[in-house]
Amino acid sequence: MLREEVYCKLNEVFQDVFDDEDIRVEDSTTADDIEDWDSLEHINLVVAVEKKFNIKFNMGEVNKFKNVGEMVDIIISRI
Amino acid sequence: MKELQYPFDVEYILTKKKRIRRQLLADNSKRIKKKIAILGGYTTNNIKLILELFLLNYGIEPEFYESEYNQYYQDAMFENSELENFKPDIIYICTSNRNIIRYPSIQDSNDDINLLLQDEKNKYYSIWDSISSKYKCPIIQNNFEMPFYRLLGNKDASDIHGKVNFLTRLNMFFYEYAQNHDNFFICDINYISADYGLKEWSDPFYYHMYKYALNVNAIPYLSFNIANIIKSIFGKNKKGFVLDLDNTLWGGVIGDDGKDNIVLGPEESEGQVYLEFQKYIKETTQLGVILNINSKNEEANAMEGLSHPDSVLQKDDFVCIKANWEPKDKNLKEIAASINILPESLLFIDDNPAERYIVTEHVPGVIAPEIGEVHQYIQNIDRGGYFETTTISSDDIKRNEMYKENIKRAELQASYDNYSDYLLSLEMHSTIKPFEAIYMARIAQLTNKSNQFNLTTRRYSQADIEKVALDKDYITLYGKLTDKFGDNGVVSVIIGHKICGECHIDLWIMSCRVLKRDMEFAMMDALVKQCKEANIKNIYGYFYPTAKNAMVKDFFEMQGFVKIAENENGNTKWIFSIDDSYKNKNSVIKVEE
Repeated sequence: MLREEVYCKLNEVFQDVFDDEDIRVEDSTTADDIEDWDSLEHINLVVAVEKKFNIKFNMGEVNKFKNVGEMVDIIISRI
Repeated sequence: MKELQYPFDVEYILTKKKRIRRQLLADNSKRIKKKIAILGGYTTNNIKLILELFLLNYGIEPEFYESEYNQYYQDAMFENSELENFKPDIIYICTSNRNIIRYPSIQDSNDDINLLLQDEKNKYYSIWDSISSKYKCPIIQNNFEMPFYRLLGNKDASDIHGKVNFLTRLNMFFYEYAQNHDNFFICDINYISADYGLKEWSDPFYYHMYKYALNVNAIPYLSFNIANIIKSIFGKNKKGFVLDLDNTLWGGVIGDDGKDNIVLGPEESEGQVYLEFQKYIKETTQLGVILNINSKNEEANAMEGLSHPDSVLQKDDFVCIKANWEPKDKNLKEIAASINILPESLLFIDDNPAERYIVTEHVPGVIAPEIGEVHQYIQNIDRGGYFETTTISSDDIKRNEMYKENIKRAELQASYDNYSDYLLSLEMHSTIKPFEAIYMARIAQLTNKSNQFNLTTRRYSQADIEKVALDKDYITLYGKLTDKFGDNGVVSVIIGHKICGECHIDLWIMSCRVLKRDMEFAMMDALVKQCKEANIKNIYGYFYPTAKNAMVKDFFEMQGFVKIAENENGNTKWIFSIDDSYKNKNSVIKVEE
């Protein structure tokens, strides 16, 4: 899967979880850029991403995401 | 909303919960507002968010109080002005085996372990005692799920040192408390987690990562179960089944195959499954679930099928049988009308998706669950929680009988030209008295279930009812009605608030199964008598219109009240002045006071 395709699906996940159709994420996006992205929503986001791509993050990974780009790197390595 | 009916799509609920919430709130339906406090032993945020969806779908709009992380004990035991000001209608204590302070170790003696058990037990008992005395509201408490590993292997279950054994014994203490306290309910996560798969449910990843004591993907099942208990407490259970026959209660088509060839009975596997399903349906009648038939068949053929030697369900098990060629939505509405309940309190069971669609499209509020293949019928219905039981009143158990008696009454009525002759022939007796302890559960249930004959649609929990009964500022009356066909149980309730020497009717309700029996007049007579004894001259009545109570719009006028106010919402206020010439309005029921 190309990085663009991953982003296409990932944007859908973000739009669903934050219920905002205008959200677009990129490599440099962090929790600071999205108003509702707090630690509780982070859980929902991770679970939704796992479902969408049918993958499982391990504990170290979930703790280490610094931005969306790092999450995408892991997704690509997993699928 | 179909997406929130069992079996639901967990992924859809988890990822789109904000949108679902938005859609539910946009439908502008009227919902009762309830305050729910969640006291958690772990993260409860998602449990709350998803519980909100299921409750909204049940017609309950919740407002939440959520304890800080793992503060359930502190919130329950210590001074807490925030929770006190919140005034919860329900308190849900969401704990898990992660909250156990100390498990037995292998060196512990029997006495040591008993002490440990008592410590845990006492901790929870004191939480519940403290909450119920402070907040006087129903409590919902998780029991304990089984541990995610077994140090002793299989022996963990039987050996007193095993965690499985310890948690099982602790659960028994929880059940003992539930058996002795009316307003205390167990949320059986021990069953729900087993049903989900304990290995998945207690995946430690979610606890260490997010401090959820269960798999985030399992949360919808937990929230759904909590919502079922809550909606049951507030009287929103379904009341009966409307069942199809062919390929629902037996395999094959009775009209084509004939009695000897339908698939039912112990001889072969498919027949066994239908037999088991019939047994399940029959079991639900013990809870007071009423049974009806809605089938496209000649009536004679339908009866033929029910007289099959292996049919557990017999003609007499059903209150209303519609076997004809009319559209099923029309039949369902007629069934509801003939037994005097709202169509939405019926559950429609049919193997044919097209019939389910027609019925749910044309009868708003009716649920027709996706029952799947015949071997899945029971699971899909049972897990839907439609008849979730929080109290079993003796009236519930007899409900089927009562509806059948009603049909006999209708037959008798047809034989009388004069209606009061008919009423006299019923030989009615009534007991009308202030609230008594044995009827508190039934009275609370009536206040939550009555929608049509309900002047103010105020809902009361059992705790509220008990409070009002003790309060000298209230006149309370319950009415029971018996006739020659049977005992209808408690069918009417009045709560009057005494303010400055006048009586204001907070609540006046009656079960629709005793409509047109003059019971409302007997209640009026009793109310007047109570007022006279308390030197009250004026009684004020209030009518607040809802989508369902149009039948009592002119009720106070009929009782001789005079309208004194009306506002733009159609709310009306009425006055009745008692004078010495008051003559009892009821002359057909013998009343014991």
